[in-house]
Amino acid sequence: MDDIIKIENVSKAYDKHQVLNNLDLSIKRGECFTLLGPSGCGKTVLLRLIAGFEVPETGKVYIDNTLVTDADGGDMVSADRRGLGIVFQDYAVWPHMTVFENVSYPLKIAKKPKEELTATTMRMIEMVGLKDLDKRLPSELSGGQQQRVALARALVANSSLMLLDEPLSNLDANLREEMRFEIKELQRELNVTVLYVTHDQEIALAIADRVAVMDEKGNIRQIGTPYEIFERPSDPFVFNFMGIANYLSVREEGGKYLVANGNQVIPWKNPEGTATSWVGGFRPSDVEVTRDGEGLTGVIKRASFLGATMHYLIDIDGDEFNTSIETHEAVEKNLIFEEGETCKISFKDLLWFDAEDLKEVTKQ
Amino acid sequence: MSIKQKGSFGVAQIILFLSVAVLVVVVAVPVLLIFFNAFWADGQFNIEDVLMVLKQPDTYQALINSLIIAIGTTVGSTIVGTFFAWLVTRTDLPYKTFMKSMFLVPFMLPSFIGALAWKMLLSPNAGFINRYWMDTLGFSSPLFDIYSYLGIMIVEVMYLFPFVFIQVCGALERMDPTLEESARISGAGLLTITRKITIPLVLPSIISGALLVMLYSMAHFGTVAVLGIENGIFNIPTLIYQKIHQSAGSFESIRTGTVLSTVLVATAALIIWLQGKILSKGHYQIIGGKSFRPMELKLRGLRTPLFLFCLAYIGFTIVLPTIVIFLVGGLKTYGLAFTWENLSLDNYKFILFDYKVTKDAIFNSLSLGLGSAFITMFAGVMISYVIVKMRVKGKGILEFLGMLPFSVPGSVIALGVILAWSGKYGVNLYNTVWIILVAYIARYMAFSLRANSAALEQVHDSLIEASRSCGATMWQSLKDIVIPLVKPGMLAAFFLIFLPSLRELTVSIMLYSPTTRTIGVAIYTLNEDGETVVSAALAGIALILIILGQTIINRFTKKEGA
Amino acid sequence: MSYIRLVDVTKQFGKVTAVDKLNLEIEKGECFSMLGPSGCGKTTTLRMVAGFEDLSDGEVYVGDNLLSSPKKKYYLPPEKRNFGMVFQAFAVWPHLSVYENVAFPLRIRNVEAAEIDKRTTEALRATNLLKEANNSPANLSGGGKQRVALARALAINPDVMLLDEPLSSLDPHLREEMRFEIKDLQKKYGFSIMYVTHDQSEAMALSDRILVMKLGVVQQIDTPFNVYNNPANKFVFSFIGLSNFLNVNAANGKAFIAGSEVEIAGALAPKAEILGADGLTIATRPSEISFVSEGTPDSLRGVVTRKAFLGEIIDYQVKFGDQEIRVQKGRRDIGPEVGENCSVAFSRHFWYTGEE
Repeated sequence: MDDIIKIENVSKAYDKHQVLNNLDLSIKRGECFTLLGPSGCGKTVLLRLIAGFEVPETGKVYIDNTLVTDADGGDMVSADRRGLGIVFQDYAVWPHMTVFENVSYPLKIAKKPKEELTATTMRMIEMVGLKDLDKRLPSELSGGQQQRVALARALVANSSLMLLDEPLSNLDANLREEMRFEIKELQRELNVTVLYVTHDQEIALAIADRVAVMDEKGNIRQIGTPYEIFERPSDPFVFNFMGIANYLSVREEGGKYLVANGNQVIPWKNPEGTATSWVGGFRPSDVEVTRDGEGLTGVIKRASFLGATMHYLIDIDGDEFNTSIETHEAVEKNLIFEEGETCKISFKDLLWFDAEDLKEVTKQ
Repeated sequence: MSIKQKGSFGVAQIILFLSVAVLVVVVAVPVLLIFFNAFWADGQFNIEDVLMVLKQPDTYQALINSLIIAIGTTVGSTIVGTFFAWLVTRTDLPYKTFMKSMFLVPFMLPSFIGALAWKMLLSPNAGFINRYWMDTLGFSSPLFDIYSYLGIMIVEVMYLFPFVFIQVCGALERMDPTLEESARISGAGLLTITRKITIPLVLPSIISGALLVMLYSMAHFGTVAVLGIENGIFNIPTLIYQKIHQSAGSFESIRTGTVLSTVLVATAALIIWLQGKILSKGHYQIIGGKSFRPMELKLRGLRTPLFLFCLAYIGFTIVLPTIVIFLVGGLKTYGLAFTWENLSLDNYKFILFDYKVTKDAIFNSLSLGLGSAFITMFAGVMISYVIVKMRVKGKGILEFLGMLPFSVPGSVIALGVILAWSGKYGVNLYNTVWIILVAYIARYMAFSLRANSAALEQVHDSLIEASRSCGATMWQSLKDIVIPLVKPGMLAAFFLIFLPSLRELTVSIMLYSPTTRTIGVAIYTLNEDGETVVSAALAGIALILIILGQTIINRFTKKEGA
Repeated sequence: MSYIRLVDVTKQFGKVTAVDKLNLEIEKGECFSMLGPSGCGKTTTLRMVAGFEDLSDGEVYVGDNLLSSPKKKYYLPPEKRNFGMVFQAFAVWPHLSVYENVAFPLRIRNVEAAEIDKRTTEALRATNLLKEANNSPANLSGGGKQRVALARALAINPDVMLLDEPLSSLDPHLREEMRFEIKDLQKKYGFSIMYVTHDQSEAMALSDRILVMKLGVVQQIDTPFNVYNNPANKFVFSFIGLSNFLNVNAANGKAFIAGSEVEIAGALAPKAEILGADGLTIATRPSEISFVSEGTPDSLRGVVTRKAFLGEIIDYQVKFGDQEIRVQKGRRDIGPEVGENCSVAFSRHFWYTGEE
């Protein structure tokens, strides 16, 4: 089999708080796999279980077809013998060592000959873009550079598996955007498997070959490619978590499906199933706003110019939602609205959810 | 930790076992023996005896004295400390940084040496100032009698006010200036802001500093011993010392000592509990984001007078006593005038090269200081590691035991050590230098734990986990990552112990034998025996040693910090 | 007539000129933002208006009243200026209740008790804090604390509100929400706002006009729409929104993307007078580029080197020789794959010359 990580039936609790519950997961060799979920969902615990820093109450963990953790009493392979590279959120570069000493440490521990150690380390330092900084101490580096040191250190021993625990959350927005692509490129170039833990859905989408979305209770809700997760969410939780989510409530009256508190019929195929009330979910990009085209009539509650986009908060008979139009398009098509103006709304896509299921999701 | 981990088996257990053993033997047993002795007589729990001891006039009076002196000292220190802190952080006083460092000097000066100096200056009949007042100026009664409650309190304030000063300075400096600016934009003038915003916000720091002063004053031995005994003013620590000393360790005196100790420990515990409560509840998050210079009150016409006042204060409380010590140390005989003919370095030569008592004392203090600093530093790292880094049950008890000596005054530790190590339980260290060493370790363990814990807190778990994932075993991680990173904390702990132990008096005075005097004991006993000039010369040497040591640390910490 | 007036305002810290001859007029009831990277002098300017910094030169007026003028040796202290101000680090007083925090400016002014209660309650209501009135602000969330600071600034019904990065300490979600709350309060009470921020989307969403500043020098003062659509220079272009820059070389009277064979011709070509100028750059925004079929007039031929699905948008990197641009398209737009050649057309572009 070609799974580099295999997790079977793993459960973990802290005091009486159940974090993970009979969880199964496999990660394929060579892929970039992202564990995505809100804070406290157990994704970091899962990573730490794989790393060997935590021990589960039940279940087994295999790395490279070797049983490394067995809750039922088998011997455990300790963290230093798992041959992993790990990058932490707080960088965890050793402040008393230079960049070179930090990066070469795994090779020193492995007792590599001096020349090989120097050559490999320097190559890796150059690869992460820190050429000529090898003699600096971490305190003389920026946050982004420190995280590059951590990356190089995790990659230098040529481990086939890298665990990254929110490595970009301490960086500012611009750097975060830049580095996520760098990590992806390194992963491809070195052909390592990456397990990436994050709460930021944009990073997950940008970087992953496959994403697993976890909920607060530690259950995996959906596993799939970024496209699948975003375009075909398996349930309201995933839909709500993956980006700006808008909802319109719909009620049935005499076979017609009416929006919110008014009498407008929703211009979309009718909901199916046994629910008694529904909510239509859609992304800002799923609606088309026009001045006087087809569709529902809404009122612009708030218009904000944000540069590249015009942002509107629109009210339809008591339900509000957000959408945005690219500024140049809005100018071309006369879609710069003032607050209080009416507009027409039609849909490019709409997902039906049972109103009860959605309550569970949105109340948090 | 019930999980079998290949490669790290046993390490955790060994460290844990050693930590518990050290703390139990060195700290827990002596303290428990105090309580045991106080409440347990003839094989049964006995509270009547305890009450009886407390009702005796001399013990009762000592309790009251401790309280009076502590309260007076606390009020004085709080006023002096807060005023100077405000002056150097919130006004345009000239040379503020210099002033600030000067106000911290009393921290490193031993207060009993200060008390000696003040005795030389203001003792009612022989003090230089009083003599000048009566002989030259012709007044019939002395200017001020230092052998009084007020005298004791004033001298204690001189040496304890930095506790308040440093806390309030810290709070005022770290305080987010926008807290005051927003009051200003709300329409309030500087004085209103000081009254309604600044003072209330730093009140927890003021109180916390005040409680520290109280804690020290209650348990303070030196000043009261030097200035109080003449007029029969005893506080709890001096009474404990007197009882044990006079009766050479009789059952009755030990009994009284343990009961008084219990009272002292209980009061100290109460103060620490109060302080913890104030710090946790009332301590506001007032540290800000963007930092601007805080507003400064323009002193205008008061600028020069206040500056001169500060200089006078420093001159009077720090420079004058120090000069007196050195001058008296140079006199041929006490009582002679300070003229060039009467002054020489002979006393200094004598105590350094010829006089066995002082030579021994210097040697003892240096070796005790080094020994206790080394041992406590290493034990401290180990125990801190367990407390901060290991996930084991019962580490709360370790923490409690380690910090216990903070609330246990020196005289109590000394008494507990006597109880534990006088042969009753198999080991007799009494009258040897080892019993002082054991007592120093117990007394200074808390310093070491604090410094090392702080250093270890900085070493995030992920730094260690990162090295584990690089293939390093637990031992390799300790060696390559943890120890190098904790080194500054260890060094800090070393000096935090070495320097105070050089001037230690309270513990050693209870435990010394003729051959095991420390510097502090030698100064004190020589003075008691009327050898004033020799004692002053030794005090001068001690001051030089302390200032030298402090300078080295300052150099060192500056380098580490850079 | 303008309400807040800064005339030749200059501030020097030693030899560094933090603000250089700033002239500025803000209307009554206007929301005016000062935007720029850290250290550009925007906060110093605000603090000079507030009275926390004195001026090295120039004058500040509000209405007809002079506030500061070193030439005339005049300086009105902050407590006399009657401004409302909100700071980045909240600066609410933890030893006073929420109510007392808000009542403080009124008590200082010796307003009578009934009036204090009325105005405090009103300010608390406006900021949704009524039920927190008797609590300590220390227990409130960041957003709650900042509401207390807002209410305190509102209590005296000021004509001018000075806001110094008031939302930077909040998490992104709350930041967006509070932005609108500030705007709503302004609509309701009609005060003028001077707002300092380094977040361009915040400035865009909130302001009537924006001042973009760099190293103490004004780059542009205009409406958000104009700042975005007609940036005064390359700095403003790059500071507001995502931007692409391509260096352009001239050869034989033609313009080429530096380091490539790609010619910039036709309607896209630079005017003859700037061709060959130092630092000639063409600037575009990732959202204003589209993929077109090969041979479309004025299009540029490049290679897709990266394609990332980001949900609502798909982010491309297109390379021309050793220079690259980013292209962002909606998730429904079909675009080329990684490694494919493609043609891109700019729906809008700007030419810049010189270093910056």
